[in-house]
Formats: sequence, C-alpha cells, structure tokens
Amino acid sequence: MTSQPLNETQKELLAATGMTVEFIPVQGELNVGPQHPGSGHMRIYVKLNGDIIEDVDLDVGYVHRAVEKLSENRNYMHLIPLVERPAILDSIHMNLGYIIAVEKILGVDVPERAQYLRSFAAEVNRIASHLYGLGILAIFLGHSTGFMWGFGDREIWVTILEALTGARVTNSYVIPGGVRRDLTQEIKDMTLKAIVYQRKRLEDWKKIFFYNPSVRARLENVGVMSKENAIKWGAVGPNLRASGVYYDVRKVEPYAAYDKLDFEIPVYKEGDGLARGLVRLEEIEQSMRILEQIIKNIPEGNILSDRFFKQIPPTRLKKYWETYRRIVLPGYYASFRPPKGEAISRVEAGRGELVYYVVSDGSPKPYRLRMITPSYRAIYVFKQLCKGARYADLVSIYGSLDYFPPEADR
Amino acid sequence: MSEVIKNAINELQSKFKCQVRVESERRINIVVDKSFIIDVAKYLKSLGFDHVKSVTGIDYPEQERLEVVYHISSYSNLDLAKIIIALRTSVSYKDPSLPSLYPVFESAWTGERETYEMLGIRFEGHPDLRRLFLDEDFEGVYPLRKSFKIKLEGIFVDKPATK
Repeated sequence: MTSQPLNETQKELLAATGMTVEFIPVQGELNVGPQHPGSGHMRIYVKLNGDIIEDVDLDVGYVHRAVEKLSENRNYMHLIPLVERPAILDSIHMNLGYIIAVEKILGVDVPERAQYLRSFAAEVNRIASHLYGLGILAIFLGHSTGFMWGFGDREIWVTILEALTGARVTNSYVIPGGVRRDLTQEIKDMTLKAIVYQRKRLEDWKKIFFYNPSVRARLENVGVMSKENAIKWGAVGPNLRASGVYYDVRKVEPYAAYDKLDFEIPVYKEGDGLARGLVRLEEIEQSMRILEQIIKNIPEGNILSDRFFKQIPPTRLKKYWETYRRIVLPGYYASFRPPKGEAISRVEAGRGELVYYVVSDGSPKPYRLRMITPSYRAIYVFKQLCKGARYADLVSIYGSLDYFPPEADR
Repeated sequence: MSEVIKNAINELQSKFKCQVRVESERRINIVVDKSFIIDVAKYLKSLGFDHVKSVTGIDYPEQERLEVVYHISSYSNLDLAKIIIALRTSVSYKDPSLPSLYPVFESAWTGERETYEMLGIRFEGHPDLRRLFLDEDFEGVYPLRKSFKIKLEGIFVDKPATK
C-alpha cells in the first residue's frame, strides 16, 4: 500500500472539523482468495483507489480439469460423466447439451416421451440450481437465513432428481437416443407436492430476502449492466435477461419438448443485482409451470430410440425394461463410431446458454470437443462490472452474477 | 432463410472471397483467409451479429495447420439469433498468428485468451494476451495440440512395486 500526501482541500476539511487524526487516502492492490467465501476457487486481484475498484484481474484455473483435452482420449459414451462434472449442481443440462450435439452427428431421432422427460429433468435441475445461486448470494451478503433456506429448499428438488435418475447430483440421465429411466406415479406425486410447497416458499423468499431493506441496499443499483454492455460483453442467461435482452435458447431454438410447452421468459430492464436475483426467482415459478404441464400432458411411449432399443438383448429387456422400466445398454454401445462431421448445440442451462461444439473424424473418440459454459462467459462480464464499483460491492456483484468457478474452469 | 441473409451471402462471396456453405436454416459456415477476417467480422457486425459465442482452435498436425473457428450470433435481433455463423480461418505452424477480433466483438476476449494458451495461436491486437487457466510455471508444448499426449493408466497396469 502506498499513501499519498493530502491535497489542499482535504487539509482544509480536516482543519474545519478540528480533527487531529491524519486521514490518508490509500491506493493499492488486494488479493481476494483463492479460498475465500467471497471468491470461491478463484483469486481476485483487486486494484484499489480508496475503496473504489479501479481494475480487477481474475485468476481463474484453480479447479481446471481439462475436460476438452481428456475428451480426445475417451469414447463418446465414457465422456458423459466427465462433461457433467464442471457444473456439479446443474449436471442434467451439461449432460443434455453434449448429448444433443452427439445426436446431431449420429443422426438419431428421439421419441416424444423421452423429449418430455428431458425437459422434466432439466427444469427440476434448473430450480435446484437457482435456489443454490440465491442461497450463495444470501451468504455473500451476510444473510445466513437465505443461505439455509436456499440449500434446504434445493434438497427437495434434488430428492426428486434422485428418485428419477438414481443419483443425487451427477445424474448421467440423458443418453444418445433417449433417457435412462422412466417416470413413475410416485415421482409425479412427489413433484406436485414439492410445487405446492415451493410456491408458498417463494412468497416467503420475497418477504424475508428481496423486500428486506438491508438486502435491497446491497443489491439495488449495484453492478449495473446496461443493455448495450450486456450484448457487447456477451453475457448469458439470467444476467442477460435482467439487462433487458429477450433471449432464451428455449424460445429461440427449442430443444427437448419446449416448443410444446407454454411458459414465459422473465425480463427486467434495471440490470442491477436485484434484477438478476428477481429474474432467477421468477424463473423458478415458470419452471414449476412447465413441470405441471409435463406431468399432465406427457405422452405414452418408449423412452429410447428404436434404433438402439432393438439392439438390447431380449433377456436384458425382460429383466430391466419390463420390470423396472430402466434402460441398460449392451457393452458394445460404448464404442460406437459416428460418421465424419461436426455439430454445434446450445441449451439454456441454469446459469445461461451452454454451447457444445463437437468435431468427429470417424473414430470412436471426438477429434475436438469445445465446451462453452455460462460461467466461462461471465468471466469478462464480472471483470468489467467490478470496474468503478466499491470494494464492499465486490461480493454482491459476484453473488448476483451466480458465477460458479468450476464451471468456468471446466 | 430470409432475403437479408441471402444478400449477405452473395456479398460475402463476391466482396471478401469467402467460401460460404449454408448447412441448414440455422447454421452457416464461412471459410475466410486470415487477412480478410477483420473485414468480414465488421461486415457481419453491421448486419446485426453482435457477439461471439465461442472461439475454438483445432489442431491438424498432418497438414501442419491450426484452424480457428469463431461462432457468431446475435442478441439484439431475434431472427438473426436463430442463426449461428461459424467463421473459420487457418494459420500455419510456422506463423501461428492472426488479427484479433477483440476490436470488433469484445466478447471474444475470454475465448481468444484461452485459445492462445491452449494452442499457442497469437491474436494480434488482443489487449491482455496472457495465460488464463494454466499454471504460471506450466512447461512443455501447448496442451490442446495433438502432440501433447496425456499419460494414461489402464485399469490393469502391471507396475513393479516401488522399492
């Protein structure tokens, strides 16, 4: 830290107040993180002038797992558990985006029931992801109740995913041509019950968190991102929609069953931290609307494309499909060779748009897999938003962006 | 495919000598020489394609070349938002540099920085071309080039017990 001598105005002010303590404006650098409740697994190198942030340098990469390089050494099916690790709390979307890209290369059609089930799992996961994000935002602001509520509510949705897929967080539910397990009446009842509970809870969320004057003071007019800046910096998801841009992959390029479902996209104009939080809160409500429609309208039928379903040996079909309604694929499935070509897919994950770009050279392994996660695109947004903010607002900007370091690092 | 896009494709082919391939309603592929890439990017931006989704580098060791793919799309225009343009260009191993698209699309900042550290492609004009994910003391070739081999351990490895 370097101290600067006082200028004339400051000296006059000090003399007028009659204070004898010397007041020194300070310029310097500050390291936040790498392990810090306000930075996650990331070092934020902050250049300060007084308590105004002049510039930040984000040192990401503490949890880099090299998914893109590892994908050149794994078969397509073996990659499913790998690509969903980066966003451990949004794994259905990571899984889904990758599978859509692979299906485009393979040229597989997906039965309608499987499409609905994909939407179902994705929306349950979106609610869980948003509740996690709101909980993290709350604890960054020192609001412990919000943190515990977020994680407590999330538990209900994770339990539904567990009942549906058999795994709590890394579900590996979506496979080329369909999904792994079928929906049962018990899960439907569970979900309807959870929706009733969550609706009541969302009102409480507003009362205790968003109408709370101290929370509002920390979020309102903090980290304001204008519409032009949001477009220029390439923001995604709720952050983009809080700045007034109507863009959602579910509407622009519908995948799964979204073209048959009726829902709205919440858009705010303010572009500040509060708007980003409220967009996520309202998306939870919209996701629950989608879930109700899916439970009501889900068509009967197979959950795996006929092309793959016919290849399952009859004994296995009898054992798993006819008793537990579960797909267990034969071993040779693991090393299929897609034709030469490339595919790009995009899905709307919990935090925003997720892009997969797969290049195939005809071997059982991808030649190149590019994974652009929402948090990866938030790196630049975060850097730009911090400039000119107060140091105390660093955490509220971070929390309101719903930035998740492992997802950015991949 | 709308009239605007059809006209744009004709213009691109005649003016900038691009090879344009329309793959489907929503996907367009443009191959361009690296000396024209800034002009093409500026032209695309004037049409309403306002952000870069991803910057990808692909290594082709037999041909000793690296391919750079920019995926460009739009936020402000909902019709253009349905389209993703893949803007491709190639650089050789001997001179792995090309002009950065940062002055045109600011959102290319992260992608170009990562492509630089993973494949060693220099983006001339990028304001902050430093390492992003790797350690500061990481040594050896660039990790996403095919010459970088990962040491793999099989499930059944007969390793002698360490003495």
